[in-house]
Amino acid sequence: MNLPTREQAGVLIVSVSGRIDHIASEEFTRALEPLLAGCVKGKAALLLDFSAVDYISSAGLRVLMMASRRAKAQQGTFAIAALQPLVQEVFAISRFNLIVPCYASVDAACKVVGA
Amino acid sequence: MNHVVFWGTRGSLPVSLTHRDIREKITAALLAANGKAFKTRAQLDEFVDQLPFAINGTFGGSSSCVEIVGDGPAHFICDMGSGARALGQAKIAKYGVPNPQTYHIFISHLHWDHLMGFPYFAPMYYPGNRIVVHGCHPHLEESIRHQMQAPNFPVDYAQAGARIEFDLMTPGKAHYISGINVTPKLQHHAGDSYGYRFESLDRTVVYSTDSEHKLDNPTEYDAFVRFFAKADLVIFDAMYSLAEAVSVKADWGHSSNVVGVELCQAAAAKRLALFHHEPMHDDKQLSRLIAETRRLEQITRGSRQPLDIISAYDGLSVAL
Ligand SMILES: [Zn+2]
Ligand SMILES: [Zn+2]
Repeated sequence: MNLPTREQAGVLIVSVSGRIDHIASEEFTRALEPLLAGCVKGKAALLLDFSAVDYISSAGLRVLMMASRRAKAQQGTFAIAALQPLVQEVFAISRFNLIVPCYASVDAACKVVGA
Repeated sequence: MNHVVFWGTRGSLPVSLTHRDIREKITAALLAANGKAFKTRAQLDEFVDQLPFAINGTFGGSSSCVEIVGDGPAHFICDMGSGARALGQAKIAKYGVPNPQTYHIFISHLHWDHLMGFPYFAPMYYPGNRIVVHGCHPHLEESIRHQMQAPNFPVDYAQAGARIEFDLMTPGKAHYISGINVTPKLQHHAGDSYGYRFESLDRTVVYSTDSEHKLDNPTEYDAFVRFFAKADLVIFDAMYSLAEAVSVKADWGHSSNVVGVELCQAAAAKRLALFHHEPMHDDKQLSRLIAETRRLEQITRGSRQPLDIISAYDGLSVAL
């Protein structure tokens, strides 16, 4: 899984795209691993730009929970931004909006999590 | 198999409505009726029927007990939660005492909420009845006897008039029982639990409660997709939200509506029944859960056949 990154306002932004189903979620875990390793105290916040994600399954959501949990343990900052409306609904129905920080847009997220 | 009757649908602990819940329902109904006049009883019934379920009904509070009505004379029951009391009464009322019946009871696991109705299941006290308790736990008989031993219960197990037999089943193997093929499956739960797949010539029902799904285990996921394959009805443990099930309540042994929808979609099952309701949830919360689950199915359906989603409540009868 290709996860292009860019920096904006001191935030490391990762573009995620496509369908994160049960098969893709294993790859998603591996692709996130090096990025999470650097998500520690004093380093740039890690923000997943979800604008190109059109589906996420329970296994994909679990990967996000594990990522968020790990970042917290390392005192890093991890968040997700720009969910498509249907993906946003899946977050609300699964109550993931309550356990993973979500922002309406990348800009809005940068304002909060940026240095 | 013709239909399924839910006698107990609550998880973990039986609950009942409080005076406040009743008052809220009455107030909401009167508010909706404000200014209306009902000339006949039929008009009134029609009005009541169109009120939301959280106002005109309740999900009920008895713990797990589900009846599968087959084509033959034998009765099929899944679990003996507190719902078994009403089921037993209904059978006595229907068949009378001097009319011996055979009851096949399938026990998912030995937790109290799935066994507590057994001592209140009236047919067990009448000679002539035959009760076969099927399960996969080696201590099944011991657990049932134990809960009726002093000081746990006033009537000892030895007082049972019915002939009670125990059948230790093998998981993964189909067992032919009174015209139905029953296949148990091991599930992830403290002390193990077992789901049951019931297959008649033309219908399939799966009873899968108290089952946690580990989402990082694709082999297990595939095994459940096969277990649910093309079922007419899947009765599924939807006690927690997905977020709870994978975070704060991970390893508590339960699942979510989201995983139920995904597994049923992958298995091309026809209908999903949300089951083992969280005792903390009131009728409004459970109504919201079913609405959200239907919406989830709709937005994730893609090119598949629609999956019908219901939420089980005490007293619900579903045609297969
Ligand atoms: Zn239970
Ligand atoms: Zn249990």
